[in-house]
Amino acid sequence: MLKLYDYELSGNCYKVRLMMAFLKLSYDRELIEFYPSKKHKSLEFLEINPLGQLPVLMDNDFIIRDAQAILIYLAQKYDSQNNWYPSEKPSLVAEISEWLFFANDLTATSSAARLHDGFFYTNIHVEKCRKKAHDQFRIFDEHLYFNEQQGFPWICKSQYPTIADIACFPYIILSEEGGISRINYPAVRRWCDRFKRIPNFIVMSGIFPAGPQKVPDNEAKQSKILNGN
Amino acid sequence: MHAEICEDTVILNQWHPISSTDDLKNHKQITTMLLEEKITCKKNSNGKYFVWKSIDIKKKLLPIKIAYGYLWTSLGTPPTDLFSFPEFYEIDRRNVATGVFGVNISAGRTIENFLDMGHFPFVHTGVLGEEPHTEVKEYDVSICETNDEILATKCQFYQPQAAVISSKGAEVDYIYRIPHINCAILYKSSPVDKKRQDAIIIFVQPVSQEIVRAHTGMCIIDDKSADKDIRLFQQTIFGQDKPILENQFPKKLPLDSRAETPIRADKSSIAYRRWLSQKGLTYGVIPSEDNNLFEVM
Repeated sequence: MLKLYDYELSGNCYKVRLMMAFLKLSYDRELIEFYPSKKHKSLEFLEINPLGQLPVLMDNDFIIRDAQAILIYLAQKYDSQNNWYPSEKPSLVAEISEWLFFANDLTATSSAARLHDGFFYTNIHVEKCRKKAHDQFRIFDEHLYFNEQQGFPWICKSQYPTIADIACFPYIILSEEGGISRINYPAVRRWCDRFKRIPNFIVMSGIFPAGPQKVPDNEAKQSKILNGN
Repeated sequence: MHAEICEDTVILNQWHPISSTDDLKNHKQITTMLLEEKITCKKNSNGKYFVWKSIDIKKKLLPIKIAYGYLWTSLGTPPTDLFSFPEFYEIDRRNVATGVFGVNISAGRTIENFLDMGHFPFVHTGVLGEEPHTEVKEYDVSICETNDEILATKCQFYQPQAAVISSKGAEVDYIYRIPHINCAILYKSSPVDKKRQDAIIIFVQPVSQEIVRAHTGMCIIDDKSADKDIRLFQQTIFGQDKPILENQFPKKLPLDSRAETPIRADKSSIAYRRWLSQKGLTYGVIPSEDNNLFEVM
């Protein structure tokens, strides 16, 4: 049985909940109160993860302690289609890894700014975090734009979303809670909407589902012609 | 950002919540922001609190009050008494401070969102509301002259999970009280005892005109749920409200009746804006330009 040590307002925990939802896995949740009681730093929890970080996943006796590591594990073990982490394709695996590290870097910028504004982590230098986040978002936006131009709707060169998309999504979409606007990153915003339309997508507090996709008028007309009506 | 000095006596003379006493248990000293002033709060070994402006080397003490699980202070001349909240002292109630959250929005917008039932099905989907139960039925709003507070009564809403202990959906009765310009209490049918009501509080601490610390808490009849579960339930709800609040524009609350277009469901917020206008509040709001306020209601 899978068991997730979880906290609703954590973007890193949300990554794992998303993966489980996309793979239709059922699991138990043990809620660890990150805020305000800092239960992830309690002695009991440090026995599970000496780093004092969420999330942690237990698959029977096997413990995995990092959001990105958990994504790799779940995709490898439970994705029968092998789309989320196509381990037989070295170039894709390399690309995915690159963006998993990028996703992890977002915790020091976008996520940190959110902790500062919402949860009073006052020792965080918020202006620096926001500036760094904007640097990352600009690069991410460019990357997504060029991918779109080449016909790839996702972060990596695949027609399917990968765990890199899952890993990047939470702290991109929650950025405004840390005062980081996405208004200047249109390709990022389009990617967010596409991500929200992946079948079995779930929300967390602070994130709302996307409406149905609009078909552009000329495409709609064309499909009418093609369908003969 | 340059700190503006607050000169609005309406807000300076209020009692403001600065911390839950729960949060102070583990700290000897904390600092926080109130109306753009840095405030230090110290607790001595006898559990007595002392509050002063951090910038003040003489440490001239500010007035304090311990009430309803919170430490309150004021930068002006506050009234002798704080509003009443008798339910807090009922012996079988659970008083749980469910957390303080930083929100980049004005205090007025925060209170207004708390009063709004229209957003339940869309923002708290599956918990405090769900489609197709979206109608906000007619309710009453009055201003209680003796206590100078706003009351919204006969509010009703269908909620799939009204409280942490709820096992099924129910038509829930609501009463809202706004006994303070930055504080509101809502009373809702208790899932446990039909004759009584749970109380949920929001006490807003204005950090600046457009940033608040929102203190949330519950005062409920529930001998089963653990404190942690009560807190996590409320955190989930507040986490859903946060982006809605922060995406409002302008961040200050406009008091002019023509600034935004209210619908019938906004009756309580119309009364709230008018009440703030009549008090002459200017901090964190966009004051009305004329005196011909809210003729139509």
